[in-house]
Amino acid sequence: MKKKLISFAVFLSFVFVFIIFFKGLNKSNQYEPKSNILNIPEFTTITFFNKKEINSNNIFNQNKFYLLNIWASWCLPCKDEHSLLLNLSKNDKLDIIGLNYKDNQRNAKKFINELGNPYKKILLDKDGTTAIEWGAFGVPESFLIYQNKIIKKFIGPLDKNSYEEIVKLIQ
Amino acid sequence: MKMIKSTLIILLFFFNLNPIKADENELQNKIAKNLRCLICQGQSVYDSDSEFANSVKLVIKKKLQEGSSEDQIYNFLTTKYGEWILYDPKFNKNTYFLWLLPLLIFLFGGAIIFKKLIK
Repeated sequence: MKKKLISFAVFLSFVFVFIIFFKGLNKSNQYEPKSNILNIPEFTTITFFNKKEINSNNIFNQNKFYLLNIWASWCLPCKDEHSLLLNLSKNDKLDIIGLNYKDNQRNAKKFINELGNPYKKILLDKDGTTAIEWGAFGVPESFLIYQNKIIKKFIGPLDKNSYEEIVKLIQ
Repeated sequence: MKMIKSTLIILLFFFNLNPIKADENELQNKIAKNLRCLICQGQSVYDSDSEFANSVKLVIKKKLQEGSSEDQIYNFLTTKYGEWILYDPKFNKNTYFLWLLPLLIFLFGGAIIFKKLIK
């Protein structure tokens, strides 16, 4: 009886370990922060071109959709998504706001001149602290905003699927 | 004489300031050590030199200068990134199992030993 019990316990623990590994190894190891931010954070920053101080209340104040896109000239995936951003900028219902993340001003201007400017406004985040306010952890990252609320967050470069999702959401 | 006096006062002022600054750095490092670098593999914010970790360090510094407490900084970052950013998760319904399992195993083991000893 005791032997049977022990072998059953060993069998059970094997099954338990198997399930843990099977589930664990199938899970993506890329962590997506479970952010509790629903409303957009309030912050003050400087604009890219004329270096004027601006508050977030004066940026997202119209009754339309906004896409805040965190980008940098040194970020290669940002180049990949740039054509999609240019396409999205043609949509009247959407304003794209750029947040230039820890970048060299000259390189950033070159990036915009070469690839085009999809942004209605570009804000500066020289030390990366504004991105932290948004709960972002890298570049590129995009936030779809409507009436001061974050509707959807896109971590990493936008692709065809996320592009279509945005188009659908703003219709 | 006046010159010596004022130099002494200035020196005294700086010597008094240093421990305050050291305390602040110590607290800043302590907080950074308790935070997980979300884009690194197994590194704390303190250990990492990634863009993300450096920005978080700056945020901690700014918040401390603004007079925020350690807990307020943890709360701020938890609202932005979820509880995963903390190395020391809080005791709540998601972490009951995590906190109580070692205790249960300890009690279970203790009970077995106790039973054996009594026999």
